[in-house]
Amino acid sequence: MPRRLVDARRTAKVRGGAARGRSGRAATAVLAAALAATLAACGGVGSGGGAGGGDGTTGSQSSLTTMGFGLPDEIATVRVDAFKKARPDVALRINEGQFDEQAFLSAVASGNAPDVVYLSRDRIGSYAARGAIQPLDGCVSEQNIPTGDFYPAAQQQVKYDGKWYGIPEFYNSIVLVVNNKAAKDAGVDPAAVDTSDWDGLAKLAEKMTRTDGGKIERFGFYPKLPEFLPLWAKANGADILSADGRVSKLNDPKVAEALDYASRLVESQGGWTKLKAFTETFDYFGEGNPFVKDQIGAMLTEQFVVTAMAGTTPDADITVLPFKDRQGNPVNNVGGNAWVIPKGAKNPDAACTWIKTMTAADTWVAAARARADKRAKEGKAYTGTYTGNAEADEVIFSELVKPSGKKAFDDAVKVIRSVQEAGFVVPQSAAAAEFKKAWEDAGTRVLQGSQNAAESLARAHTEAQKAIDEATS
Amino acid sequence: MKKGAEERTSGEKGAAEKGAASGAAGGEAVAGKAAAEGGRRAGRAGRVRPETRWAYVFLLPWLIGLVLFQAGPMLASLALSFTDYDLIGAPEFAGTANYARMTEDPKVARAIGNTVVYTLLHVPLAIILALALALVLNRITGRAAGAFRTIFYLPSMTPYVAVGVLFLFLLNGQAGMVNAFLALFGVEGPQWTTDPDWILMGIVLMSLWNLGSTTIILFAALRNVPRELSEAAMIDGAGAWQRFRAVTLPMISSALFFVVIINTISSLQMFDQVYTMFFGNQIAQQSYGDAALFYVIYLFQQAFQFLHMGYASALAWVLFVVIAIITLIQVKVGNRLVYYEAEEHAG
Repeated sequence: MPRRLVDARRTAKVRGGAARGRSGRAATAVLAAALAATLAACGGVGSGGGAGGGDGTTGSQSSLTTMGFGLPDEIATVRVDAFKKARPDVALRINEGQFDEQAFLSAVASGNAPDVVYLSRDRIGSYAARGAIQPLDGCVSEQNIPTGDFYPAAQQQVKYDGKWYGIPEFYNSIVLVVNNKAAKDAGVDPAAVDTSDWDGLAKLAEKMTRTDGGKIERFGFYPKLPEFLPLWAKANGADILSADGRVSKLNDPKVAEALDYASRLVESQGGWTKLKAFTETFDYFGEGNPFVKDQIGAMLTEQFVVTAMAGTTPDADITVLPFKDRQGNPVNNVGGNAWVIPKGAKNPDAACTWIKTMTAADTWVAAARARADKRAKEGKAYTGTYTGNAEADEVIFSELVKPSGKKAFDDAVKVIRSVQEAGFVVPQSAAAAEFKKAWEDAGTRVLQGSQNAAESLARAHTEAQKAIDEATS
Repeated sequence: MKKGAEERTSGEKGAAEKGAASGAAGGEAVAGKAAAEGGRRAGRAGRVRPETRWAYVFLLPWLIGLVLFQAGPMLASLALSFTDYDLIGAPEFAGTANYARMTEDPKVARAIGNTVVYTLLHVPLAIILALALALVLNRITGRAAGAFRTIFYLPSMTPYVAVGVLFLFLLNGQAGMVNAFLALFGVEGPQWTTDPDWILMGIVLMSLWNLGSTTIILFAALRNVPRELSEAAMIDGAGAWQRFRAVTLPMISSALFFVVIINTISSLQMFDQVYTMFFGNQIAQQSYGDAALFYVIYLFQQAFQFLHMGYASALAWVLFVVIAIITLIQVKVGNRLVYYEAEEHAG
């Protein structure tokens, strides 16, 4: 099933379908807003009890409520079991489902916050700046969470204003996946595809593209704009935000140059509107993925697309390569989820234990071992679990991941591991959501042809800086 | 036939019929109007008619809900619209800054533009199409009639979110059925879901899926048109079009007026389907820019994505006032154009 449609279905599920109509949503929002006015301020986790005033106990047993997390597989269940073993005194309630911003904020505002929340790391800055989530420095020190185990980029992404606001879970890297057939059709060795040579890449993209009348049959090179704009900017030697998250750098000419190049790549292969419609039909995670169906020549993607292909289409003829900057060095914009504790959590101490347990190296290794065993029983290769914990990954990839006999995927694992060191993140900002929206819209305007890169990014820079200034004032 | 005609000369009966029609459609406005008309006439007669009393009884649950769950939060949001409020901290008084900000925000202008264009396209198209369907339904008699009415109404049972997902498939420019159909005639269809020049048109197309309620209201009105009037016109030599224009249209004008108002309001509040299609997940949010940015979607983004609750409340109140003004104008204009059979007889 195409990814967007899967997402849309998830949206339907999470949003509760017809149960919440337009007026219902508006009423809920405003009611939540009105209730929020009565809430008191709170402190951090680990500094002596729950900020919400309650102790999270029901009778003699304390409770822990999660949000944004589910139990779809052994990677989740094994770690949850580890927590249950560590804290048998805690009654665990897992509210399964994806993180829903509206539900989360309404819960916090109305004083019914869950104890621990699983969300995308790039949201942390906005919530931290507004006090919707608590600093975890006390939790880290009291429970001796070995923060040095986490990848540096992941550490950076869960910190705001020098404080820990989250603990990272997975560590998603971006790699280049080449469809060997498309490369060979273009007369190129797939392993020799070099993204540091922008002129060469543009020519290769056109060669790999195949159209029939007005329809695209194979898109040569999918640069994944606008979502990968920070990656393209980095490849051109630019950051889009200052390290302290207070100064937009979207007006850097190198960012404009990168956006201009990547958008011209799209244009030369048929244009954005056709590409977007074409990619909406893709089933990235199924047996009919775009590489097997020869719909893509090469694309930038998160590594989980590759690991999914290892399970669904182990004979896919692909080559996975690092994405390189213009100097030829690997560059990798990493991301993933994190655990945070919201304002008003009734049992922050148990939440802290949960976070520590879920992200600890030994818990990850146990979960990965369960996954490897399951794969072995199914007769499938285990290509690893890419956690935010570097210590765990070291064990997983040295002891549990074995050569599968499928060279493409065995090589892919090595490549993904090799680019992890090159991981970078866009720094957290008090206006993280507005900042992201500004550069995404800028990229979309350029792709749609309504503005050139410099003009569009100049507008985005103004919007973003204004939002940052307002959020930090 | 004579008996039926006599019944329709009763003003209260006419009002009750209008109320019943609105009840089938879930529209409170006509019910309210019916109740108001009934009340006015009852006042003239010096007593409250049983129908009026029952109308209030049936309206009571909704009125209680209105006061408890809508009026209170609405007043709270009015107060919040004069504050800087992020949902987490305490609101800070900001005067009229949120309203002033709207005049400088280019996205507000874009959202208003998209919403207005959509409304101007959707409302007439939806009503013309629904009227055509209602006319077809009105001609179907016998056992098949019930089945056809059900079939025509079924699309309205589809949840909005499902409709959004469905039309992502149908309107896809590369593999969708709409363009596949156009290709049969040698027409290369546009990129409905990705080309900013066509996204709004695609949304209008999608909106025509949910015509069931409008169709049923107009169908009910058509059923109430006295057959003897058409027959008299026919005897006088009027053709089909003349009968439709001079007899049917005036007789259903009150129902038409109602569906114009309801469709206008719902168009200005468009949210669910468009949000599902173009804003429902992170990838979608990244990819479409402002081409599908409707006013309520922008309001929602400001509230829950950027936590600007004060600004979002101001946006909501401006929309409320605009809808109220538009509805008032429609009522004033409608009073000149709409033929109320009941008032005619009462006068």
